[in-house]
Amino acid sequence: MTSVAMPTRPGLYSKRRRKARRMWSKLSMTAFAAALCFLFVLPLIYMLSTSLTDPRVTSIPGKPLYPAITEMVSYTDPATGIESELEVYDVPGYGRLALVDRRFPPAESTFVDPSTGELKEIVVNTFTLQPIWHFHATIDNFTRAIDDINPGFDVLFKNTFIIAIFGTIGATLSAIVVAFGFARFRIPGRDGLFLVLIGTIMLPFQVVLIPQFIIFQGIGWTPSLLPLIVPHFFANAYNVFLLRQYFLTLPRELDEAAMMDGASPWRILTSVIIPQSWPAIIAVVLFHFFFAWNDFLGPLIYTSGNDQLWPIAIGLNNFNTTFRAAGAPSAIQAGALISLIIPVFIFFLAQRVFMRGVVISGVEK
Amino acid sequence: MAIVHESDVLTTTAPKRRMSMSQRETAWGLLFLSPWLIGLALFTAVPMIVSLVLSFTDFNLLEPGATKFVFLDNYNWMVNDPNTIKSFFVTLKFAIIGVPLSIFVALGIAILVNQKMLAGKRIFRTLFFMPVQIPLVASTIIWLDFLSGQTGWLKFILEDTSGFIGNILGIIPGLGGAAGEFRNYQAPDWFNSTTWAVPGLILIGLWGIGNMMLIFLAGLQAVPTELYEAARVDGAGRWRQFRNVTLPMISPVFFYNLLLSIIAAGQYFTQVYVIAGPLGNPDHETFVYNLNLYNEAWTYSRMGHGCALAWLLFALILGISVMMFRTSARWVFYAGGER
Repeated sequence: MTSVAMPTRPGLYSKRRRKARRMWSKLSMTAFAAALCFLFVLPLIYMLSTSLTDPRVTSIPGKPLYPAITEMVSYTDPATGIESELEVYDVPGYGRLALVDRRFPPAESTFVDPSTGELKEIVVNTFTLQPIWHFHATIDNFTRAIDDINPGFDVLFKNTFIIAIFGTIGATLSAIVVAFGFARFRIPGRDGLFLVLIGTIMLPFQVVLIPQFIIFQGIGWTPSLLPLIVPHFFANAYNVFLLRQYFLTLPRELDEAAMMDGASPWRILTSVIIPQSWPAIIAVVLFHFFFAWNDFLGPLIYTSGNDQLWPIAIGLNNFNTTFRAAGAPSAIQAGALISLIIPVFIFFLAQRVFMRGVVISGVEK
Repeated sequence: MAIVHESDVLTTTAPKRRMSMSQRETAWGLLFLSPWLIGLALFTAVPMIVSLVLSFTDFNLLEPGATKFVFLDNYNWMVNDPNTIKSFFVTLKFAIIGVPLSIFVALGIAILVNQKMLAGKRIFRTLFFMPVQIPLVASTIIWLDFLSGQTGWLKFILEDTSGFIGNILGIIPGLGGAAGEFRNYQAPDWFNSTTWAVPGLILIGLWGIGNMMLIFLAGLQAVPTELYEAARVDGAGRWRQFRNVTLPMISPVFFYNLLLSIIAAGQYFTQVYVIAGPLGNPDHETFVYNLNLYNEAWTYSRMGHGCALAWLLFALILGISVMMFRTSARWVFYAGGER
């Protein structure tokens, strides 16, 4: 990785050798990044695999990492006529046999050969036998998550969308207006106000959480979604900061020309500033949308006691705590997968705008 | 907004009530700032004062009528309550290990995805950033099972890797003991272990370094290439270049990331609530500061305690921020020299 611009003495390396060296360092670096990246993505692969795996086999040791199921055969006991499903094992020295009757050594366990129906008595510790695994994906976990999550994905998604959409409208409109005020108007004490704005980023939300709750309870807004939406109509520091930085980069000549034509500041904002600022505005829209989708403590406090108001974050947590006791992680992972599809889809659609927004708000002070 | 023509003013307002140009600009500006100013008063300033006042009372949500001033009792309770003291040290441990670790991992990955030699940079950047965008509760649940001591994949990875190392060591004569140790290695059951629960939370936190990585990346890309060329001419190797060019040049973004991750550590809540429940299982080992605050204020309705805890946290974060800004002249380098 060093050879690019290193001043090399002429003749030290032949051109071809240099090329080979570059090729090699490029390959090794990319391989390293790919390995690291694989570790980053692995939990998602785990989720996908587990959510497609039959919950009865998730805790069997030796289960493959892909969705799989153990081989079973149906067997009718000739003596009793009872039909049952038997597990097939790889028995050393005998091959594939289905286990009929499990006994501890030195007693003999009974097996049956699935192809011939012949019974065999073998002394073996059946718990050390390896089952036969086959690839098998099931969507049962998803139907189970959809059926069992409280109060239902329809309600959870509806509430999440209400919080996200109205909150995003409020957060974006207010941030545009306030950022315009900071970017284009000379107001006495503006710099001081701007410092206060930045200071609110450092204010831990806990300090205002309890009084806000008391106030919202006092005006009868608990439990409801209003406390999760209305405060966002009053501009958030991060968003204002991002938009202000962006507005400052826009040339003033256009504003001034519009002003000479008699346009009001409002008119300048809507027909000069906003049309030039879509990348930053879309970034703010996405930031708030993701914030609303993620918010947990707010809904935990303001929707407690009424599950019809729960957003997805609360519903999924509730599903997790309720069904974890039942053992299998499969349905829980399926629920997690359902809840992340929409945000991840939106992220991949808009990732460039989004990642640029993070940079604008972070770097340009 | 500087140019407002006299003629406009004359035609739109009556001469008597005419405002000066700067007054007009102030009025418009304040109008545009008003959503934030109103929100600042309603949702920040007033609640802060109320919170401070309540921290000196025994306000209980269930019987607000019986509230009386208790002066410093809540603060006194705080420094004597074993749960609160425990929660303070859990958060301290979490922050002292987690903040530097996540900053260095973020910086390391930023440097990696900034290498000229790396193919497919954009794909790598997107994939390293992506976990931030996964809803927090969902990502926490994924990790909770991924780290499970029975069926989690990390267990398989660690134990298989260790077994592999053991098998290799086993070939070498005289290392049989060490080989056995590696072969018998048992991966931790993270969230059922008092030793590994907090490291487990930190590990999950490393998945969400995307924002920091991007900010570091932008900082790295803003370093003028001439500086590296000059350093190379002076005979500086890669490490010297990093130490004497890169680090000073990215110190402002380093400062920003450090400050924000300290604040975030103070506000840590969702992941630990989902994994460890309101009591911070196992055995209060993950009982972070905010779980205590949440329990006091909402589980037990002791809002006075909650407000006092919130103000202590605020004071601590404010203190750390002020300290960082004070010392920043010594270790943060602003290229423009504007500070």
